[in-house]
Amino acid sequence: MSSKTSKLHLESGRADLPVGRDARPHGPTGEDESLLTSAATSSWPGYLRPDGRKGVRNVVLVIYTVECAQHVAHAVANGEPDVHVIGFPGCYDNAYAIRLMLALARHPNVGAVLAVGLGCEYTQPEKIAGTVRASGRPAEWFFIQQSGGTRASVAKGKEIVSRLREQIRRETPRAPMTLADLVVGCECGGSDATSGLAGNPAVGAFFDLLVEAGGRAIFEETVEMIGLRRHMLARAASPEAARQVGDAYDKAARYCQSVRQYSVSPGNFAGGLTTIEEKSLGAFAKSGSRPIQGVIRVAEAPRGPGLWMLDSVPDEHYMQFGYTNPNDTEGIMDLISTGAQIILFVTGRGSVIGSPIAPLIKITGNSATYRAMPDDMDFDAGRVLSGEPTLAQAGHELAALVLRVAQGEPSKPESLDHREYFIMYKHQNTPALDAGCRA
Amino acid sequence: MQPRCFQIQPQDNVATLLDGASGTVRVLGAQPQEIQLLEKIAPGHKVALRDIAAGDAVIKFGARIGHASQPIKRGAWVHLHNLASDLDERSGTLDLHSGAPTDSASAYV
Repeated sequence: MSSKTSKLHLESGRADLPVGRDARPHGPTGEDESLLTSAATSSWPGYLRPDGRKGVRNVVLVIYTVECAQHVAHAVANGEPDVHVIGFPGCYDNAYAIRLMLALARHPNVGAVLAVGLGCEYTQPEKIAGTVRASGRPAEWFFIQQSGGTRASVAKGKEIVSRLREQIRRETPRAPMTLADLVVGCECGGSDATSGLAGNPAVGAFFDLLVEAGGRAIFEETVEMIGLRRHMLARAASPEAARQVGDAYDKAARYCQSVRQYSVSPGNFAGGLTTIEEKSLGAFAKSGSRPIQGVIRVAEAPRGPGLWMLDSVPDEHYMQFGYTNPNDTEGIMDLISTGAQIILFVTGRGSVIGSPIAPLIKITGNSATYRAMPDDMDFDAGRVLSGEPTLAQAGHELAALVLRVAQGEPSKPESLDHREYFIMYKHQNTPALDAGCRA
Repeated sequence: MQPRCFQIQPQDNVATLLDGASGTVRVLGAQPQEIQLLEKIAPGHKVALRDIAAGDAVIKFGARIGHASQPIKRGAWVHLHNLASDLDERSGTLDLHSGAPTDSASAYV
């Protein structure tokens, strides 16, 4: 199979690999275009969904619709392979949370859904199951109050998920996937000085490769990019993209003013950072160097190939803004809701989180952290700081790792069963899911 | 071991010290070389890799992080005293070593 040889090419970690003709005007110039071409055409069997998207996993998702059903949902999934859990704790529902859950329920890595409710909450498990069935996936639901309470509901749930797992194992069609079918999101957290120097730039180098191969790359955390308005607009692929990026930036700036939260502090200056532009560029570095195609919002899929900015900041609303990403896991849920099959997480100090649905790949720019937490860290980008490998080489090594995980190799958080999730009340004026783009 | 600094992109005219240093430092990353520091520089802080004229862009991550508020010599420490944000006028008034504000002292009385 052609993927074999291309994988070997990628893993050879050769110097100065091309990143595309115009990707990085000052970067390595390409002598060996075939390496990128082989990565782009490297193919493996994915899980084909009725909407044409392809998954790298085939999981049964258990969704609970209120905190009161949380215990039963987890007891159902406990010990069951390929069964993940998400849920919304509120009794009173929230449009954003429902959109997010429906996007996750119809994610390319999800094959089937069981929705579990208590029986007196606002959010309706029957409607969730109906929406999932309309997407061509098997789905079931029940209320705990109508199923004989905790013990009987757990037994019923276990019977359902094992039946669903067997059904999708048998019935989900397979189709060849390449890098061009991948949507990869990136988030950072537990950052230290190495995140801006090595971790995020290594992801940026990989994102350039992914975009060059026709895939989709998503970055977010716009509130950490204050000071870069001009810089970001200059990266916009079109006047319309520039308008969207400008709007999202301006909202993030208003948010920071409104909640009096800026991401720069005297400690940053004492540590050697001099300007807000410098601090923000360290976060923005994960976006790589390719043009930004536009802005998507939570639960919206990218509207085409290339690099996209995810706006997960709440919109102005009668309850004011509320909070944006209160923790890393919340941001990761937003990224997965765009259909990202794989998430890259950059951490300098060493976060241990994982994610349900989409495998999380843990990248650290700090080699000491990599050595100190060997079971948790997937990729040591800190080696870049010793001069070997170069950033471009690190990008290629990361591409090889992403391909292995896409082909089924468990990431470190995955093998540890880290599947943290966080869905909260938020307000965003996202249009109907099926519309695909904003008016 | 010889102290090190790291240059992210080839067009960067500053590098970040990985070790506190004075004297000769090894530049790793985009364009490996050696550089003679003109003064002692703490880890995490920046050194100029080229002479930078007053008003010229200071480049890190391959992008503009502000402008030189006075001429900067190759090997010099680059920080609040000679690099100004294009946006945040206040950064030039911060204490060079602690980063603490100096323009709001009266507010603490």
